[in-house]
Amino acid sequence: MKDFIIPQFAPGDDRDMGTPARTGAPVSLTIDGIEITVPEGTSVMRAAAEVGVEVPKLCASDNMEAYGSCRLCVVEIEGRRGTPASCTTPVAPGMVVHTQSDKLRRMRRGVMELYISDHPLDCLTCSANGDCELQDMAGAVGLRDVRYEAPKGGALDNHFATRQGDQPNALYLPKDDSNPYFSYDPSKCIVCSRCVRACEEVQGTFALTIEGRGFDSRVSAGASLDSFLTSDCVSCGACVQACPTATLQEKSVIEMGTPKRSVITTCAYCGVGCSFKAELNGDQLVRMVPYKHGKANRGHSCVKGRFAYGYAQHKDRILKPMIRDQISDPWREVEWDEALQFTADRLRGIQQKYGRRSVGVITSSRCTNEETFLVQKLTRAVFMNNNTDTCARVCHSPTGYGLGKTYGTSAGTQDFDSVAETDVVMIIGANPTDGHPVFASRLKKRLRQGAKLIVVDPRRTDIVRSAHIEASHHLPLKPGTNVAVVTAMAHVIVTEGLFDEDFIRTRCDWDEFQFYVDFVKDPRHAPEAIEAMTGVPAADLRAAARLYATGGNGAIYYGLGVTEHSQGSTTVIGIANLAMLTGNIGRPGVGVNPLRGQNNVQGSCDMGSFPHELPGYRHVKLPEVRAIFENAWGVEIDPEPGLRIPNMLDAAVEGTFKGLYCQGEDILQSDPDTHHVASGLAAMECVIVHDLFLNETANYAHVFLPGSSFLEKNGTFTNAERRINMVRKVMAPKNGYEDWEVTQLLANALGANWTYTHPSQIMDEIAATTPSFAGVNYEMLEVAGSVQWPCNEDAPEGTPLMHVDGFVSGKGHFMVTEYVATDERTGPRFPLLLTTGRILTHYNVGAQTRRTDNVVWHPEDMLEIHPHDAEQRGVKEGDWVRLASRAGETTLRARLTDRVATGVVYTTFHHPATQANVVTTDFSDWATNCPEFKVTAVQVSPSNGPTDWQERYNEQAELSRRILPAAE
Amino acid sequence: MHANAPAPAEDEIRAIVAPMTSLEGPLLPMLHELQRIYGFVPEAAVPVLADVLNLGRAEVHGVISFYHDFRDHPTGRHVLKICRAEACQSMGANALAESTLKKLGIGWHDTTSNGAVTVEPVYCLGMCACAPAAMIDGRVVGRVDQARMQRLLDEAGA
Repeated sequence: MKDFIIPQFAPGDDRDMGTPARTGAPVSLTIDGIEITVPEGTSVMRAAAEVGVEVPKLCASDNMEAYGSCRLCVVEIEGRRGTPASCTTPVAPGMVVHTQSDKLRRMRRGVMELYISDHPLDCLTCSANGDCELQDMAGAVGLRDVRYEAPKGGALDNHFATRQGDQPNALYLPKDDSNPYFSYDPSKCIVCSRCVRACEEVQGTFALTIEGRGFDSRVSAGASLDSFLTSDCVSCGACVQACPTATLQEKSVIEMGTPKRSVITTCAYCGVGCSFKAELNGDQLVRMVPYKHGKANRGHSCVKGRFAYGYAQHKDRILKPMIRDQISDPWREVEWDEALQFTADRLRGIQQKYGRRSVGVITSSRCTNEETFLVQKLTRAVFMNNNTDTCARVCHSPTGYGLGKTYGTSAGTQDFDSVAETDVVMIIGANPTDGHPVFASRLKKRLRQGAKLIVVDPRRTDIVRSAHIEASHHLPLKPGTNVAVVTAMAHVIVTEGLFDEDFIRTRCDWDEFQFYVDFVKDPRHAPEAIEAMTGVPAADLRAAARLYATGGNGAIYYGLGVTEHSQGSTTVIGIANLAMLTGNIGRPGVGVNPLRGQNNVQGSCDMGSFPHELPGYRHVKLPEVRAIFENAWGVEIDPEPGLRIPNMLDAAVEGTFKGLYCQGEDILQSDPDTHHVASGLAAMECVIVHDLFLNETANYAHVFLPGSSFLEKNGTFTNAERRINMVRKVMAPKNGYEDWEVTQLLANALGANWTYTHPSQIMDEIAATTPSFAGVNYEMLEVAGSVQWPCNEDAPEGTPLMHVDGFVSGKGHFMVTEYVATDERTGPRFPLLLTTGRILTHYNVGAQTRRTDNVVWHPEDMLEIHPHDAEQRGVKEGDWVRLASRAGETTLRARLTDRVATGVVYTTFHHPATQANVVTTDFSDWATNCPEFKVTAVQVSPSNGPTDWQERYNEQAELSRRILPAAE
Repeated sequence: MHANAPAPAEDEIRAIVAPMTSLEGPLLPMLHELQRIYGFVPEAAVPVLADVLNLGRAEVHGVISFYHDFRDHPTGRHVLKICRAEACQSMGANALAESTLKKLGIGWHDTTSNGAVTVEPVYCLGMCACAPAAMIDGRVVGRVDQARMQRLLDEAGA
């Protein structure tokens, strides 16, 4: 009979279960006559929800711990006195619970009556009308009357009326509209504390509190004089999502009304790959809400994914193809046919004149796997060369190399859930609270539970110390000395005998280990020996190494601060060595995890974007691999590896590389040494930019093909944990075509005759040619939601943890990590080291986030400089300063802070007006050419405005962005 | 601290609270100490306490605002608290309070114009047997009638 009573929840059902899920021994109980077995520790409320019995509630939500304040969820339990709150009462064996009785109804109605006595009854004009839990609960408890009446001639104290009789109401607080994305209306607040708890438990920022006590209690952001904008609030939206009323409400909902349909899709910002519900009315996007069953984010979000999607509708977006003969001409809007024919003619002409290998492509880490696959197929099967590269070149190519050499796969070893089981976290060269905020929230949650933290970073990032978390060790190394520090840690672990011999004997190559030990135990790698060079106190380094080796499950998370160096690959190898030394591989809570910068960096690497690798990281020289694709595509594949981005630019300057198709990537702004990139692009005869906006690269383009945003296409993104997430079309492409269709049109204009009608067909082609994707298809993703590669016959449901029983490469390979300092040195002319990074509210070159209200938080790039260095140079807070290196100079404003050590300055690269990459040099990683963004010797001096270069550049940019009015 | 004194500097506040960080549950003792020294908890203390104890500013503000006894502004030289709880009310505390405020020409929480006395309400001093009760600068006084109140005010120089 049970089957008839217990509702079978559809997959994707995202009702609120009231309290978090538990794991534990099974406990059986009866609720309203229905028997149920749940894990020990589950609340009565959740157990009831499992059988489909909804207990009325206001202060409970299943992403935070029970609080027991609203008293609406009271139940009766046979044999127990009173009416306990079901949210705070754990289940017990044999418990018999009644959720409905006359007594309970009366109590709930009484509680509700009190709530409503201090709540306006303007439901019809309220922005939460139809989406309000208070409204729902008033209905559920059968509230029909509120008996509290004002005394004769007076008024009842309340918080919502602006006036009390003929006096202003002193208790009334006006709306706080300071945040650009949501408003706080205290008059609607029932003080359930859900927002405060979400901020603390889910996001971990502790920006909200309840101020006052009793009837005076109000939600407050920050201290008494703060608004939401000036408080510590990071605008992640967790409070807005938690609010049961209209108190915290998205401004878009206030503006557009309650959304009526939703599509589940994947965020297109960072490499965390959060799942979102895009909520719409018709084809109008009303809001993005983090999807509870998203396995990367588990129902959480950050300001970018949650709110900063407005760029897709921005007026700067170009919707029509444009062409021009020379880059000095204005753009001419044309129809698709003309643009494609023009492009095809030019490309063919270039190939005839300069040879087959004179053209190439750059794939995008922001486009889908399917689109990336097609772009590299375009160069391999249509251009007939291997000139394909991707923006991953400038971020995580050393990860591919380093982890590939040591472990056999170039990807992170864990899923994000793993962080909940880790005991010691080591973060190297990453700033998760700004760059990967949702992961940072999950990490902070674990840290508050007691896990230890080691941070290796030149800058004191927020994760080092912020509310309720503090790193055990912060090693503030000098930029460029990662390898020395990582090797010194290995030295401590080896010389103090802290390594895991069993693990190494069974899982790794013992001979290589011997060789490695001989290398690493050399006293020149001791922390004391490198202290002067790295600036890291030896005692701290030793303590950190001991903690990592002996503190339990040790996990390493690293970012671009590791890879974007001359020795990026060496550091990645060093990190891989550390994890193998300590046996921290192959189980939950451990591992080596690159935090990927962009939404689909992992995917674009997987899809064969590199000039020497076909999809699945297989070298293009291998005839058996080429044969697979030659059979599938019916062409002969060039066995010679193609050009990397820097080589393409060099070849362009030399005159042998003339045509480039650049999809969804702004190499002029994101690649180092802007002058060199500009001269390379200027030397080409056909630059095709396929993007949403006229980006900086488009200043040098001859063809502009309008792109589609992530809301306008179907496909898949692969996030930093190798998770293949579905991207679903929320609305029709404003430019007319999804990006994969544009690539196909271009290929067909070149005579390729491709006939894809849906990205699922492209995925089928990927699965058929690439072993680690063999089991992936859209039907399977629809059911599973997402899957982590490798997904094939051996692992039909994907692989959350890698290297569980053995490394992909068989044995793990220890490799020596000799530290070779970068050629970029400080000297008398350039005494400071510049390192670059990212800020929470902006993303990459800022093309998207600068076109949203996120500029409220970060309107320009600032140069962080230590007060000591600033004083020596006569620089004050907010002054314009000139930042010069051997490569170039720019100006920006200074911010004095001791987050950076003396001798180090820091800036972001989100704004083209600054062009921080004008100063970065063209030094790059020895193995992969990943540019050395993180170390540049610079000088800082006071300045009174933009440099000549900036002014010239702006003039040129303005000139090259002219668009001719359409012919009448 | 005098009403017109300059606001305490961050360094000064830090020097006061820093020695107390190793206490168990240090926030309340720190707040008491600040109030003892300044007569109130200065606004500038919130970020300092948040930093020293690694809390959010909001949390510190939540704690300070929860307790009515922590003030956010300076008081007069003396603080007179008049009990308004049930037992005292039944013994005429309301009338006593009203006449006292009237005499001083101020309202609850206000300070006399010469800066001598601040009058605050309090809800039960545990002196119900000797109602109505009051407290001046931490010293409790029982059976306060108009005359005794006048004496207290005179002593305080109101």
